[in-house]
Amino acid sequence: MFAVAVGIAGTMIGLSEFLGPRHVFREKMEPFECGENPIVSPKQRFSVRFYLVAMLFIVFDIEAVFLFPWAVIFQSLGLFGFVEMMIFILLLAAGLVYVWKKGALEWE
Amino acid sequence: MGIAEMIETIVKIGFIIGLTIGFFAPMLAWVERKQSAVMQDRIGANRADFFGFTVIGLLHSLADAIKLIFKEDFIPRGAERALHTLAPVIAVIPSLIAFAVIPFGGKYTLWGHEVNLVIADLDVGVLYVFAISSLATYGVVIAGWASNNNWSLLGGLRASAQMFSYEVAMGLTVIGLIMFYQSLSMVDIVAKQDNFFHWGIIWHWPAFVLFLACAVAENKRVPFDAPEAEAELVAGYFTEYSGMKFVMFWTAEFIEMVTIAGLCVALFFGGHHVPFITDAELAGGFSFLGPNVSNLVAMLIGVGVFIFKLVALLILQMTIRWTMPRFRYDQIMKLGWKMILPLSLTWIFIVGVGILTGVMPSP
Repeated sequence: MFAVAVGIAGTMIGLSEFLGPRHVFREKMEPFECGENPIVSPKQRFSVRFYLVAMLFIVFDIEAVFLFPWAVIFQSLGLFGFVEMMIFILLLAAGLVYVWKKGALEWE
Repeated sequence: MGIAEMIETIVKIGFIIGLTIGFFAPMLAWVERKQSAVMQDRIGANRADFFGFTVIGLLHSLADAIKLIFKEDFIPRGAERALHTLAPVIAVIPSLIAFAVIPFGGKYTLWGHEVNLVIADLDVGVLYVFAISSLATYGVVIAGWASNNNWSLLGGLRASAQMFSYEVAMGLTVIGLIMFYQSLSMVDIVAKQDNFFHWGIIWHWPAFVLFLACAVAENKRVPFDAPEAEAELVAGYFTEYSGMKFVMFWTAEFIEMVTIAGLCVALFFGGHHVPFITDAELAGGFSFLGPNVSNLVAMLIGVGVFIFKLVALLILQMTIRWTMPRFRYDQIMKLGWKMILPLSLTWIFIVGVGILTGVMPSP
């Protein structure tokens, strides 16, 4: 399946590589900016919020990873396992409430 | 692995690749235009013709494919050439291989050979889908970075933050379902839905609503298409892509739609099962044809039912796409972190209480 997928992707790249026309001149090769000359390079600083989201993602994704195996054997664990996991989720929910109150989830 | 299994696997891969890239991708391109035309009271795609036959605009997909193959492959000055070429490849491969664990039928015995209609019957099928779909983020982010374009970079950044946020929520929405079916294997989950009252949608419809919202956001389609918002960012992360590389991003999006529909069918809509009829009863209904042919008929009906449900969910996604206005970016993040995430955690609690008190009878 993976090999077939790579093959298809490779074929598509190859087709455009060999069949397309190629006319190179300076004005056309500029990155698109609605016809203007680009005045700022995109390789500069951007909002720290994106970084914050990535950190939050790691925290909650690891929570989800812990939840998956628990969910499979949830019924054999019974009430004890359920209460344990709810305490775990509550701790993380407290974290969510904290970042919420801190304003890390605000985008203006 | 014997010869028979190998042939079986190759046929199944051929079927799925043909179904997704050969049939659904061009058909969805047509549906996207035609449905928007119908919904907005326009005539829509009807110009491409073959000796005067327009076939209600179906030829547009073909014409597009031929046109885009012969388009110039443009790489802007200052772009990272290798990454620029790699990005669409990384975008399209996960969308193709995610379908490998979605069962499009049950298990059937044909002439002494057991056929299991899923390409890879993994024990961790649900996790596999989430793992693979998170790889698609790389393609988008690399595309945004490698293009050396401000629009692309902003699109890539928006896409990365949005996909991260909704990935978490998407993983959490299915936890309740896994508690209910006690398995991570897609084949097991589908097998446990042979009774109509055990379909995921019956007890878990709130999870379905949340899951579909997250999945559409993960696929960056309207109303969550801020990363490629044409009114703000030209085309977002694929502004600088042309020809087949553009097609690859665009195909990846359509195939992801099919994968989302397939996931929903397998998790919530009973896979290949016909309501109120088990596989054995279905095959038994054709027992006058002999055991092998009746199993074959049951298999074909199962695949047909699966595709029927798939198409219904694709139409639902398309209708969402053409009914909703785009959300503002802060609204998208608010919806993901402040509404869907707490709601899905609450849903895990509700399902837990429901199963432990016996209100929600688990199969």
